[in-house]
Amino acid sequence: MSIMKDSREATMVGRRSDGTTVRRPLSPHLQVYDMLQMTSALSISHRITGVIWTAGVVVMVWWLVAAASGPSAFAWVQWFLGSFLGVLLLMGVTAAAWYHTLAGIRHLAWDAGWGYDIPTTYRTGRAVLIGTAVLTALTWLALLITWF
Amino acid sequence: MSHSTSSNPGGQPVQQASLRTPLGRVRGRGAAGHGAHHWWMQRVTSVALLPLTLWFVAVLATNAGMTHGEALAWIGHPFNAVLLIALIALTFQHTASGLQVILEDYVNNEALRRGSILLVQGVSWLLGIAAVLAVLRIAV
Repeated sequence: MSIMKDSREATMVGRRSDGTTVRRPLSPHLQVYDMLQMTSALSISHRITGVIWTAGVVVMVWWLVAAASGPSAFAWVQWFLGSFLGVLLLMGVTAAAWYHTLAGIRHLAWDAGWGYDIPTTYRTGRAVLIGTAVLTALTWLALLITWF
Repeated sequence: MSHSTSSNPGGQPVQQASLRTPLGRVRGRGAAGHGAHHWWMQRVTSVALLPLTLWFVAVLATNAGMTHGEALAWIGHPFNAVLLIALIALTFQHTASGLQVILEDYVNNEALRRGSILLVQGVSWLLGIAAVLAVLRIAV
């Protein structure tokens, strides 16, 4: 076996029952894997939406700091959030946040040992997608009704 | 992760097929010595963030276009200020640990991986402190 360049390669080394070492096979990855399965698509989406939500967190900090700084700084942030770019950003963050929240609840259910079978996984996955669309629409409906 | 041949029906000497020492396996806390602490904290913060985030989003969605005075009154109310500081602290704890896992998974170069994780944690602390200070300046 060649010399390892990365410590994580240690996890790729196994032993046969007779004790001789063997390099574990690498499972077929991105090139051959069906990328359009709901299970894997929702899984990576959970990470991506978590990262997108970070943009919303930065806006929250900006909003709070601007409110503490004074009227002119606050007027700036309110102007940006009401602009086309701001509304677009907030809509994206709202959808990402609802997805991450619902998919996170799905993850907590899995952690508790519930919902691992394939039919349930697909059912809860569809529920997360539909729930994200419905709750994002309801959030913006409430926002637009109270805004105007 | 340890792939020891634990089932040993033939009674032959057990092959130690893991790099971990038996003592390390008994302690069960891994190389960092924290066991499942990081994983568990991410679950704890996610459960706490669920009601806090719903409350924050519900207030903002039904009060869009707040004036500066209205925002100060709302942030400055003791009840809201306490919940806001809890929301900020838990949000940045959860965000930093989530981003850390992503960096650990995808950044192969060790120096870059460790450096980017430290950067994420540093920026998270600074933004979190700034947000908490803003709430305190308004509320106190």
